[in-house]
Amino acid sequence: MSERALRSAVLASALLVLGAASSTVTITLPPDNVQFKPGPGVDLATANCATCHSAAYIYVQPPLNRTQWTAEVTKMKKAYGAPIADADIAPIVDYLLTQNGRP
Amino acid sequence: MTLARLDFLIGAASAAAATTVDLPFANGVRPLAAYPQKRDLIVLTPRPPLLETPFRIFNDGVLTPNDAFYVRWHLAGIPTTVDGATHQIKIHGSVKRPLSLSVEDLRTQFERVEIIAVNQCSGNSRGLFSPRVPGGQWDNGAMGNARWTGARLLDVLAKAGLEDSAVQIRFRGLDQPLLDATPPFVKALSIGDLDENMLIAYEMNGKPLPLLNGYPVRLVVPGWYATYWMKMLAQIEAIDTVDDNFWMKTAYRIPDTPGNTVTPTDSGYPTIPINKLTVRSFITNLTSGQTIAPGTQTIRGIAFDSGKGIRHVDFSSDGGANWRKATLGEDHGNFSFRRWESRFTAERGASYVLACRATTKDGETQTAIPVWNPGGYLRNVIETYEVRVA
Ligand code: HEC
Repeated sequence: MSERALRSAVLASALLVLGAASSTVTITLPPDNVQFKPGPGVDLATANCATCHSAAYIYVQPPLNRTQWTAEVTKMKKAYGAPIADADIAPIVDYLLTQNGRP
Repeated sequence: MTLARLDFLIGAASAAAATTVDLPFANGVRPLAAYPQKRDLIVLTPRPPLLETPFRIFNDGVLTPNDAFYVRWHLAGIPTTVDGATHQIKIHGSVKRPLSLSVEDLRTQFERVEIIAVNQCSGNSRGLFSPRVPGGQWDNGAMGNARWTGARLLDVLAKAGLEDSAVQIRFRGLDQPLLDATPPFVKALSIGDLDENMLIAYEMNGKPLPLLNGYPVRLVVPGWYATYWMKMLAQIEAIDTVDDNFWMKTAYRIPDTPGNTVTPTDSGYPTIPINKLTVRSFITNLTSGQTIAPGTQTIRGIAFDSGKGIRHVDFSSDGGANWRKATLGEDHGNFSFRRWESRFTAERGASYVLACRATTKDGETQTAIPVWNPGGYLRNVIETYEVRVA
């Protein structure tokens, strides 16, 4: 879809009945096209890290080191209830380091 | 901010003609896209939608247009259809008369109150922290200034009648976590912190709120960070203890240290919930790194604080060695952006470091050294802008 076509599709989907003080508003969000990039562990990341939010959350972070990515994955599990198997944490962190890591 | 062509973040469908911006920090390339009821904004993430206002828009006027206003959600379970006619706001918990109010009830049973106030994300400017910290990686555009119209929170609470036992008011919107195990997004304010400026707003700049900004009603908490400005407000609950949910007790905490600043190696310091805005000022009619024309240049900007009001803004064209008072623009109230302008003479071939520094009516001013805390909150360093004259 061209940008213009996409934009008008998005605009058209914002249905706002004006005049009435309060009425039904319906929107259609543009698709989330961000995907984890290929590499060892991509399947684990896709299965565990794209349920609650876009994979963009990972790529927009500053490059993080192993301690920081481990803390992030642990936070997803402990604070936000992500159902991540303990055995998968290390391979997911390895993958995240290849995607957006630093020593 | 440079404009560049497309690419990696967005997929084939929309990448073809998309443009991106490159924010001034690592991994700062972002697509621009027009979300429903919005013009092109900087897409931090598509799910949940986190959209940043391109900074030059703050030069267009003192109010931020609804379609340019930044968007920030925590949980991806955002209703995409909201019926403003049937929406109910329930006031319950430690109240004498539990209520359920429609938007129409808010309009007809309570005084209509207007306030112009800045809404700034707690994490605004987090991307500029050094060292960087995880979180929403915003440049300076996670803020906006709007005219909010609605009913006073205190009037609504008075109608319900708070029990003496109540210590906090907890707010919840219509958004839902996608998994049950994720804590729902709720925020609480202490009763002693409530004031007559706080509104349940049904209009933003004289129009219904865009859905992504909280249609049909959002809490307006002038002077406080936007984390308290609950969108799609649905529940107001008076509680008898200090709220200990995740978003109050663990997230959105700042160090309770002088200046709320620490170093990356500090630990064990006490923390408190983030609360009121720190004072800030920006130049809006140029960006750092820009080349400007020689001759007399008018520099324009904005300043704001937590509601004491801006006493003065100082402008410097030599990196802060010498300051002169800028001319303040129209006063739209203490909670609003205050526009300012100043002039300086730019010599051909020279380079300048421009800087601005706001001071509130009670003497609070901006820091020369950036604050640092692990949440990436409260940045209010004196901004500097390097320009070359050609
Ligand atoms: C159970 C839901 C859930 C899952 C699954 C999940 N997250 Fe999150 N994540 C969240 C929530 C909620 C936030 C906070 C969102 C916000 O405030 O915008 C978040 C935020 C983040 C952030 C931003 C930084 C921060 O700490 O707020 C990163 C990075 C992140 N997640 C990475 C991951 C990775 C990597 C995985 C896979 C291991 C993952 N997430 C899986 C719920 C989840």
